[in-house]
Amino acid sequence: MQRFWRRFIGNPRVALSLVWLAFIVAVAAAAPLLAPTSPFAIVSRPFSPPFGDFLFGTDSLGRNLLAGLIHGARTSLLIAIIATLAAVAFGTLVGSIAGFYGGIVDDVLMRMSEFFQTIPSFIFAIVLVAILAPSAESLVIAIATVSWPPIARVVRGEVLTIKAREFVQAAIVAGQRDMAILLGQVLPNALSPLIVTGSLLVANAILIESALSFLGLGAPDLMSWGFQIGAGRAFLRDAWWLVTVPGVAILLTVLAINLVGEGLNDALNPRLRDL
Amino acid sequence: MSEAVLTIDNLSVALPSWADRPFAVNGISLEVLRKEILCIVGESGSGKSVMAKSILRLLPEPHVRVVSGRIAYEGKNLLALPPDDIRAVRGGRIAMIFQEPMVALNPLMTVGRQTDEIIEVHTRMRLAERRKRIVEVFGDVRLPEPERILGSYPHELSGGQRQRVMIAMALALEPALIIADEPTTALDVTTQAQILRLLKELQGRHGTAILFITHDFGVVAEIADRVAVMREGKLVEQGQAKDILQRPQHGYTRALVAAVPSLTPRHVAQSAPAQSERALLSVSGVEKTYASRGGGFALGRRRVPAVAGVSLEIAKGRSLALVGESGSGKSTLARCIVGLERADRGAIVLEGNDMAGLSRAKMRPYRKALQMIFQDPFASLNPRWRVADIIAQGPIVNGTPRRAALDQAADLLRLVGLDPKAADRYPHEFSGGQRQRIGIARALAVKPKLIIADEPVSALDVSVQKQVLDLLDELRTAFDLSMLFITHDLRVAAHVCEEIAVMKDGVIVEQGATADIFAQPRHEYTKTLLASVPGRDWQLQTSAARN
Repeated sequence: MQRFWRRFIGNPRVALSLVWLAFIVAVAAAAPLLAPTSPFAIVSRPFSPPFGDFLFGTDSLGRNLLAGLIHGARTSLLIAIIATLAAVAFGTLVGSIAGFYGGIVDDVLMRMSEFFQTIPSFIFAIVLVAILAPSAESLVIAIATVSWPPIARVVRGEVLTIKAREFVQAAIVAGQRDMAILLGQVLPNALSPLIVTGSLLVANAILIESALSFLGLGAPDLMSWGFQIGAGRAFLRDAWWLVTVPGVAILLTVLAINLVGEGLNDALNPRLRDL
Repeated sequence: MSEAVLTIDNLSVALPSWADRPFAVNGISLEVLRKEILCIVGESGSGKSVMAKSILRLLPEPHVRVVSGRIAYEGKNLLALPPDDIRAVRGGRIAMIFQEPMVALNPLMTVGRQTDEIIEVHTRMRLAERRKRIVEVFGDVRLPEPERILGSYPHELSGGQRQRVMIAMALALEPALIIADEPTTALDVTTQAQILRLLKELQGRHGTAILFITHDFGVVAEIADRVAVMREGKLVEQGQAKDILQRPQHGYTRALVAAVPSLTPRHVAQSAPAQSERALLSVSGVEKTYASRGGGFALGRRRVPAVAGVSLEIAKGRSLALVGESGSGKSTLARCIVGLERADRGAIVLEGNDMAGLSRAKMRPYRKALQMIFQDPFASLNPRWRVADIIAQGPIVNGTPRRAALDQAADLLRLVGLDPKAADRYPHEFSGGQRQRIGIARALAVKPKLIIADEPVSALDVSVQKQVLDLLDELRTAFDLSMLFITHDLRVAAHVCEEIAVMKDGVIVEQGATADIFAQPRHEYTKTLLASVPGRDWQLQTSAARN
């Protein structure tokens, strides 16, 4: 365990990414304190440039860009994390049952996940939000619905290999029940690829959420980074900061999550790098 | 004679900081002479493989690296050669044969092409000449129909054939030295005997020097001209093979020699009464056929009969060894008995209850009487569970309160020769032999009447094998257990079992008391098995000398 932390934190890219993510999470958590006024409130004249009265200037309606950014972090992270947790939970359930029981159960569940995978995921998400009416809940549902199949596949593959190991057979010989074997013996050993895939999925979820908000399908009463870019894109040549600042925020956050996921992978599967 | 092909001078190889010792190889000096087979003997972890890999600079640097010493080959220091030059030496002048031919061969390339690649890289031969050369070496290693084997993929060949291909690849360029890293450990006894004979013969014909790494003194007796014994990175003893085999000087060498399981069958204490007793387990007419799905869109299913009508009985307190090579169906039979597979036909009666064909749930009440010890000590313990929980798992499932089960686990650990403090640690902190002891404690925890041991020592070093076998034997008598012991090694069978059943192609070809079978094998296959035991002549000599 200690060696894991040393390898994980010792990686400079991971350390930097963690610092950035910790900053974003802190900002998101403290959003009401940092920017007490509503991010939709008009505070100044439109298009005031950055580094004037406001750090990142104001947008086309005179709203404080920084306040929007702070509240947007909250929206993006919350929706991404809840959606990922839902996808991981459902994907793990499907994948572990398919891998553990095999045969017909496996065939049915995997064909079902393939059905979801054949539909282009972003278009599917748009359709779902359009049907469910834009809101935070429908964003979570849409993102989770398009994200679970890869998790199910990863878990199924892991369960298939772990199931064949002798300690699982020893548990069967000891007379343990199927559920106890699955939960106690198999799944704990599938944890590391699950953590890695899950962490990468958060980045993907942030991207989908931003893209949906950009198209105006986000939650209407919540400020978000994608919405800011969408609102500012018409003024790209007059007020560059309107799209650049939230764009950079998305870029850095997604990059940081990917680097952390990769670092987790390296630290949890050291053989890839060492020998 | 006497001229050295390879000289290793004061070689030291450092291990990374988290390893259990600072040096894998610590100041070793030795010479491989022309036309000789030098055996490096040592237990796993003795640094023998690391040493062999450092010769061709195959170490996983920078974690494991050479810190001092010279390896001289044809007057050049291999450790200081530029990358291009060392590449010319690898395969061309010094070839290597690995332990596991399935892993060492590329599954997506025909074996002919893989051999061709080596010749192509190192010589300027034309395609036709190369092909001729490949057919020649394939014939040299006694591969049947070299022309056909050439176009085969590794999975289409048997384990022995794959190892022959590896040897052919090593021989293709007539190297001056072949390094063989446990080339027969993954093979059956009969195949091992063939490969050893082949290596010896080829070595005599081509005059190649061979550096042969093994942990089994039986193998040494078969093949070695000279022997060097390694322990914890240091050279303990070296000398002529016959001297070391007959009169080992160092205490460690003596222990290794003594650990080779003896071919003398165990003394049977009570023989007559067991016959009249009712059998604890009786297996009759068990059949199991695997249907494999044909690849791709093929419609027909290939049927592979693994067990084709086997009957056997084990009386209370007796042990039966089921001996056979891989693919003989012995493990499948064991898995049917223990309920990991369902037999297609036949009866498996334990204490009067027929268990054949029961589902996992219906099987559960009988589990307590029947436990299994598994082959691979590294795969058979859940890496995320503490040792105490692993051992206590069976009793807890069967309704023992957790507290009592954990206390009992500590007692069991003492019983199998481990410190009870081991209970709070995780499996990765233990060596292979220790893990196998934990596996035995787990099997004993539910107080079974019959233990099925599936090759419990084949993954262990010879020296550790003996300790585990002695422990099993001791516990068996102490608990009055019956045992079905599955192995491919007759030496091991002779060590622990009163009776032997020899299995081949899914049927039992010969069955009887161990002593009888050893004295008078009737079936042709049993004779081959007996003749294949490595170091047989040497053992017979030594035991004759002792008497």
